Amino acid sequence: MDTMEGKMNTQKADPKPEENKVSSVKIKVLFFARARDLTSLTEMPLEVPSGSSAHDCLNDLVARFPGLEEIRECMVLALNEEYTTESTIVKEQDELAIIPPISGG
Amino acid sequence: MESDASRILHELQSLRASKSDIDRRISALESQLHQINLLNDSVPNGSHHSISTIDNSHLNGHHAHYLTPEMIHRYSRHLLLPSFGVQAQSNLLKSSVLVVGAGGLGSPALLYLAACGVGRLGIVDHDVVELNNMHRQIIHTEAFIGQPKVKSAAAACRSVNSTVQIVEHHEALRTSNALGIFSKYDVIVDATDNAPSRYMISDCCVVLGKPLVSGAALGLEGQLTVYNYNGGPCYRCLFPTPPPTTACQRCADSGVLGVVPGIIGCLQALEAIKIASVVGEPLAGRMLLFDALAARIRIVKIRGRSLQCKACGENATFTQQEFQEFDYEKFTQSPLSPSPLKLNLLQADSRISSKEYHDRVVNGDAHVLVDVRPAHHFKIVSLPNSLNIPLPSLEARLHEISSALKEEEERKGVGSGSRAQLYVICRRGNDSQRAVQYLHKTGFTSARDILGGLESWAQDVDPNFPTY
Ligand SMILES: [Zn+2]
Repeated sequence: MDTMEGKMNTQKADPKPEENKVSSVKIKVLFFARARDLTSLTEMPLEVPSGSSAHDCLNDLVARFPGLEEIRECMVLALNEEYTTESTIVKEQDELAIIPPISGG
Repeated sequence: MESDASRILHELQSLRASKSDIDRRISALESQLHQINLLNDSVPNGSHHSISTIDNSHLNGHHAHYLTPEMIHRYSRHLLLPSFGVQAQSNLLKSSVLVVGAGGLGSPALLYLAACGVGRLGIVDHDVVELNNMHRQIIHTEAFIGQPKVKSAAAACRSVNSTVQIVEHHEALRTSNALGIFSKYDVIVDATDNAPSRYMISDCCVVLGKPLVSGAALGLEGQLTVYNYNGGPCYRCLFPTPPPTTACQRCADSGVLGVVPGIIGCLQALEAIKIASVVGEPLAGRMLLFDALAARIRIVKIRGRSLQCKACGENATFTQQEFQEFDYEKFTQSPLSPSPLKLNLLQADSRISSKEYHDRVVNGDAHVLVDVRPAHHFKIVSLPNSLNIPLPSLEARLHEISSALKEEEERKGVGSGSRAQLYVICRRGNDSQRAVQYLHKTGFTSARDILGGLESWAQDVDPNFPTY
């Protein structure tokens, strides 16, 4: 539901994503657990050059929030709510989730 | 008046003690009786095994299942569910579930698992019930503060359902006892609170081929998934590299909204019930992420079994013996039974005890006390006249310390020979040492930390000072 709403909003705000295709793509990054503490954000928009991989996005994020380096080796990466590897190329309006494990109980 | 009250309190205490003793005896006898009835019931139908197979739904009459009249009455609302019914309830009654951890997650999980009628329910925990558990560990009652959680949880489960066999494992889970305990159960529920236990439990489930219902909660977030089930991944498939110790936060340090582990624990009971009763689609290969503040639940498809996984991968040769020899504390760089960190960074002459500090306050010695805890901790409780400068902002706020010292020297009229002292305090005495180290480097060479922080103040100086 949330995803759908989010996508519809983005579509309204950005009616012609094709125009950006040559230069860059806009994605949404979702932070969970420790990633939220380290960035003080639950989500953020991210613009990366077209053809960028999830790995490139992560590099970009770590450059903005160096604290994220801490969880770089220990997280689940999901693209549009599905497991992804770092080599996957991100597309316009994709949703990249950074999910480190929680240990507490 | 006061002696009346204390007499009543005393009598109440002794009555409660005998009441819980009687309760325990009743439930023990009830469960004995239940076992005898089960055996007797099964005799006319042949061996216990053959009547309890799932595949007897074609039989008619009341011997088609082994539900006693009492069971039919107790579980009637389950039996009335078309998608659950007699078959799933019978499966449940024959199953055994082990819950590791009787804390925030384990509390609701255990209560529901006892209530729903699993055949045998095991509880592993080595901890005792504390007052600061009560806001989330709803299985425990105030009467059990100071007693083993296993005992308290077992008593609560028995009082909900005396017909379930409750097994108390009052011990810390280790590689030395895990295989023995796990092998007696069909489904394992991970309701622990630390990284090494999570790896150990997952590996043990892989080695023994047991499904693992894994839940976690911290702050305002929860996570839930089922590992090692139907070809799905194990914990190591997802997280082959353990998180750094800085990323492993504990409820005792970071806080947790009580109902959050409650919700995840309920979902763990649900997943365990689905697996044990063989209904529905367990949450394997998917992870549920619960965000309490945003009121949002996301379910993310997670990776399948990793061929490279050290525990369950194609070429993995993780045997029972390797499991028993594996050092989970070393692997995760953190202890299996987390206890507060005790740093020792400073020379003795850079530290004073809370008692000594108290003496100096009483003496009226010129000094400034800096409290380096986070602001929201400072709001809970603080010592009078302390200056809150959280450790991360210390560098930027050094000038505040300089001016506070100057002010104090002027106010106390300290002569040119001596100066106002600088003391640093925190919750347990770790961050205060880090702060003093930094202060020494930046010219505040006389800064000293108060050993053991506010906890030692509460313990050694003012027993009425709140601890949290
Ligand atoms: Zn694995």
